[in-house]
Amino acid sequence: MSESSPSSAQKPLSDQVMITLESVHKWYGQFHVLKDINLTVQKGERIVICGPSGSGKSTTIRCINRLEEYQRGRITVDGHELNNDVKQIERIRREVGMVFQHFNLFPHLTVLENCVLAPIWVRKQPRKQAEEAAMHYLQRVKIPEQAHKYPGQLSGGQQQRVAIARSLCMSPKIMLFDEPTSALDPEMIKEVLETMVTLAEDGMTMLCVTHEMGFAKTVAHRVIFMDGGEIIEQNTPEEFFTHPRSDRTKLFLSQILHH
Amino acid sequence: MSESSIAHVPHPNLPPPSNSIGAIGWVRHNLLSSPLNIALTLLAIWLLYLIIPPILRWAIIDATWSGDNREACHPGGACWVFIQVHFGQFMYGFYPDGQRWRVDLTALLLIFGAAPLFMHAVSNRLKVRLGLGLLVIYPVIAFFLLKGGSFGLPVVETSQWGGLLLTLVIAGVGMTAALPLGILLALGRRSRLPAIQTLCVTFIEFWRGVPLITVLFMSSVMLPLFLPAGMNFDKLLRALIGVTLFQSAYMAEVVRGGLQAIPKGQVEAAAALGLGYWKTMGLIVLPQALKLVIPGIVNTFIALFKDTSLVLIIGLFDLMNMVHNATTNPDWLGFSTEGYVFAAAVYWLFCFNMSHFSQKLEKRLHTGHKR
Repeated sequence: MSESSPSSAQKPLSDQVMITLESVHKWYGQFHVLKDINLTVQKGERIVICGPSGSGKSTTIRCINRLEEYQRGRITVDGHELNNDVKQIERIRREVGMVFQHFNLFPHLTVLENCVLAPIWVRKQPRKQAEEAAMHYLQRVKIPEQAHKYPGQLSGGQQQRVAIARSLCMSPKIMLFDEPTSALDPEMIKEVLETMVTLAEDGMTMLCVTHEMGFAKTVAHRVIFMDGGEIIEQNTPEEFFTHPRSDRTKLFLSQILHH
Repeated sequence: MSESSIAHVPHPNLPPPSNSIGAIGWVRHNLLSSPLNIALTLLAIWLLYLIIPPILRWAIIDATWSGDNREACHPGGACWVFIQVHFGQFMYGFYPDGQRWRVDLTALLLIFGAAPLFMHAVSNRLKVRLGLGLLVIYPVIAFFLLKGGSFGLPVVETSQWGGLLLTLVIAGVGMTAALPLGILLALGRRSRLPAIQTLCVTFIEFWRGVPLITVLFMSSVMLPLFLPAGMNFDKLLRALIGVTLFQSAYMAEVVRGGLQAIPKGQVEAAAALGLGYWKTMGLIVLPQALKLVIPGIVNTFIALFKDTSLVLIIGLFDLMNMVHNATTNPDWLGFSTEGYVFAAAVYWLFCFNMSHFSQKLEKRLHTGHKR
């Protein structure tokens, strides 16, 4: 994998801003989960967010498509500010794809039906056109032959690739990955990561919560380390892995890289 | 693999021992597996011997099958002539003889209209459209056919409807109205809007807390007291509304059980794709939730079907009341056993078919995600 796209990290990014988070705070009851999160993501930028469990990484990316509410701060996605307006939230969600740890495919629909559902019902595409597009994306994630099976008949890795294809069918401008490989058996992690790498090569704006440091090294423009609801440090992958600045980061890296 | 590795010869697949499979295996495993089981099997056979032959003798062998009055009946066996003579009443109630073809036509329309829904060759999307169309159009056609008053059909008042016709009207209306209402109530109970939630909880808990008999009494005895003098609406309509509201409360709780079983991730995935509340519910959550609670829904339907017999206490002549009425006919005193056995058989036939259909439906809708 390391030879597939080493140069892409050096490509200059456009200066168009895709996502901004400005001092976002979130509480679960009394518990302060996100503390003053500030983040700007350029178009085409690929960011890996890592950190120990409970550090707020998933919560952060789930705020971007408003699966989580936040109590203070501002989030702007592709020029639209997130607010309480349901229509506005749905408009933003159409442009932001999300891949979940547990795939969350719809088990009562076939793979193809999973993929065409949102294009037909949300984007109002004609069924035929939606199905052609879906087959194209299933081809890209290398499982067109499974199109008429149900998710329950596929392996975990295949299900996650379907989930990626399903998101891509909405032609999103941004893709969020919430620990996409954490629920997979080791031999299936590779196939999902390879799919994500090809996506990265196409210039997709990606925010990825993951513990796959190999993926971070090859694909990410920037690695963000979170702990206790705060962004502790962020840097290019080279700098981040070779010269971590905070003690907390050093400890984390030593724990995850030592096996 | 290096050359020094041990060659592995796979163990051949052997057939299972012959006395553990097939009919012999089944009998050994289920009937004769222990001394206690052997004793219980023998006891059961003895009980069946005691019960079955007398029933067969009464109902079939010694029974009277044809004739046109009670003189034809042999003593000792069942006299099915009683049923034969009253059959028209049991099916149509007091519906005028010359107009009964309208009831038959209504039934035939339903049977032919709904037949494609049960055919494998028809695509699912067509079935949904046909089903929804039927749901909207059929009640209107059925109403005009049965009630009359237009297209040159003479009016048949609802007080003349009776027998199985009335049972099916109440059950049919009750089921088709209670399910959608129950779904809405279940969604409302899980709503994040406090006003809607309170409203639904109050409604459900009120209707679940009162017996159906009370509801029917209230609708026929107390409601007219509160209505202005001279204003009165159809007794059957009042019973229908009562039954529907009552059953929808039960249905709501069944559906809510299904809604709670759907993982949160399904709603999140739908939301992340940009689907709104109603599309998420209609396309993602409800199809899965309703499939999970098919046994519960059918259970409620069966209960509803049998509960329709309670309308006899407000003077509607459903199948049960017609049978009861016939047993008090002075010409046919003493044939209540035959009458109630017949009523039980008709109720059983409908209920059994509902439960059988639900099992087939469950199997058909299974997509292999329950592992």
